[in-house]
Amino acid sequence: MTAGGATVELSDRDRALLAGQGGPAARIAAGIMVRMAEVGGAPRLMDVSAAHIDSSIYLGDATLEFSERLADAGARVVVPATLNVSGLDEHHWRDSAVPPEWAGKAHRQMMAYQRMGCVPTWTCAPYQTRHKPTFGQQIAWGESNAICFANSVIGARTERYPDLLDICAAIIGRVPEAGLHLEENRGGQDLFRLVDVPRSWQEDDTFYPVLGHLIGRIAGDRIPVVEGLDARPTEDQLKALCAASASSGAVALLHVVGVTPEAPTTAAALRGRNPERTFPIGRSELRAARRELTTAVGHQLDLVVLGSPHFSVAEFRALAPLLKGRRRHSGTGLVVTSSRIMTALAKDDGLLDDLEAFGGTVTVDTCVLATPMLRPEVKVLMTNSAKYAYYSPGLLGATVAFGSLSDCVESAVAGRVVRDEASWSE
Amino acid sequence: MERVVRGRPLVPGSAAGAVLSSEQPLSFWGGYDQRSGEIIDRRHPLSGRNAAGTVLVLPASRGSSTTSAVLLEAVRAGTAPAAIITLGPDRFLALASIVALEMFQAPVPMIAVEAGDFEVVRAAAYAAVEPDGTIRCSGSSSSGQSSAASRPDA
Repeated sequence: MTAGGATVELSDRDRALLAGQGGPAARIAAGIMVRMAEVGGAPRLMDVSAAHIDSSIYLGDATLEFSERLADAGARVVVPATLNVSGLDEHHWRDSAVPPEWAGKAHRQMMAYQRMGCVPTWTCAPYQTRHKPTFGQQIAWGESNAICFANSVIGARTERYPDLLDICAAIIGRVPEAGLHLEENRGGQDLFRLVDVPRSWQEDDTFYPVLGHLIGRIAGDRIPVVEGLDARPTEDQLKALCAASASSGAVALLHVVGVTPEAPTTAAALRGRNPERTFPIGRSELRAARRELTTAVGHQLDLVVLGSPHFSVAEFRALAPLLKGRRRHSGTGLVVTSSRIMTALAKDDGLLDDLEAFGGTVTVDTCVLATPMLRPEVKVLMTNSAKYAYYSPGLLGATVAFGSLSDCVESAVAGRVVRDEASWSE
Repeated sequence: MERVVRGRPLVPGSAAGAVLSSEQPLSFWGGYDQRSGEIIDRRHPLSGRNAAGTVLVLPASRGSSTTSAVLLEAVRAGTAPAAIITLGPDRFLALASIVALEMFQAPVPMIAVEAGDFEVVRAAAYAAVEPDGTIRCSGSSSSGQSSAASRPDA
């Protein structure tokens, strides 16, 4: 029953940590990590130089107790460790439906991770902060969208780290030597060929979450390769692609030929091998995937939610002119979820003035899925995020309508779901 | 009739219970109600069934990296399955059990089996697991998969 190295080759430092020489918290973290290496069949542990901690999300007494037990035992992270969203907008939760007891416990969990030395970024888009990793860097990241972005768009190397394990990796700076940390496991497996998808579609923001939803559903946990993209997607478009494919599937790495760093050519993305499966993707498949993202029936609309993953300054900049001089319908709210830092930068640039005049609000540190901020009467949501669209029905019991950023604004003004279908027709 | 199969004990332990099985993977975040043990993923064939105290048989978990934390919450709340059997090792579920062992000395026994044995366990009504990975199966799941599949969507 001990976490001994019957199958996992341990370094002297690993043995010292297991023996408690790094303190009780490091002993716990090392024990869990070695057991996980055994489960996954990894031959040994390896170093990582940064971590992103999804364990910060408060779920209940067990996650709180786990974080406080580590912090009370003197845990300190040994690599820079950013924090994902928490269960609470620390300074504004009283303006929402969050119960005080929940807030108190979620806040204790936030403090426990800060006591361990984690950086209070409180964002699911850490790759848009100065803590962005570099190409080839070995990291231990949690949060499905961030894992996919780091691997795919940046070319950093991380496995999918579940909650509870990401913080253990940060405390000892070690992970199982396995999976996407290793070059031989990073080649594409499923080839998705875009066929007759017009450039105008490819330049539409809505194309990326829809494409991500489609390839994630088909690929599951395989590595998809997208071929045939003529447009040059922006960082936020790639962010939407990754978040969508990591929601409908378990995609931790994808390659876009001619765009992402490990995919200068299709052959390079596939590492010279043949694809295991090939799927043509045309307009009819994309239209069907777009329809799947909507579960709402009819036109009733209670709330527009934007910002999963967290809104960037560029996204605030795109939103502001759509809101200028307008006002939301009295029966429909508009919430943007973002990080403190992006919100502060947007405010400095004057990008929040139109949002406030419109009657919209910004929630930071968290998102509508991670904190009970929505009042029970909110039953129908609209969003341009495939991740919000995917998870809201199960986690919030709400129905959801998916549309473009512009559709979302028009709907908030009209007080009912309206969509411009012209760009998705022939 | 009892059938005995043997898998790889990822987290060893003894437990027994009614088998609740599906061939569909499940994300515990948004799919497992930690307060009650109910399967709440409305797209999943086990939607509406309660997994607390059962021997839960699934090919794997799916999707979100929060799955492990939800299972840990269920262990603490007393709403976790009695044991979990997966088709091959599932890192996310095993992690929750390893942390539950560390924190509460209450691991959920977890066994990885191969494809043929997975079908044997899935077809059983009742299973008992032992620390060496032995799984003793009895009955047939006439009440299991079929009633879950025919259940009207909640």
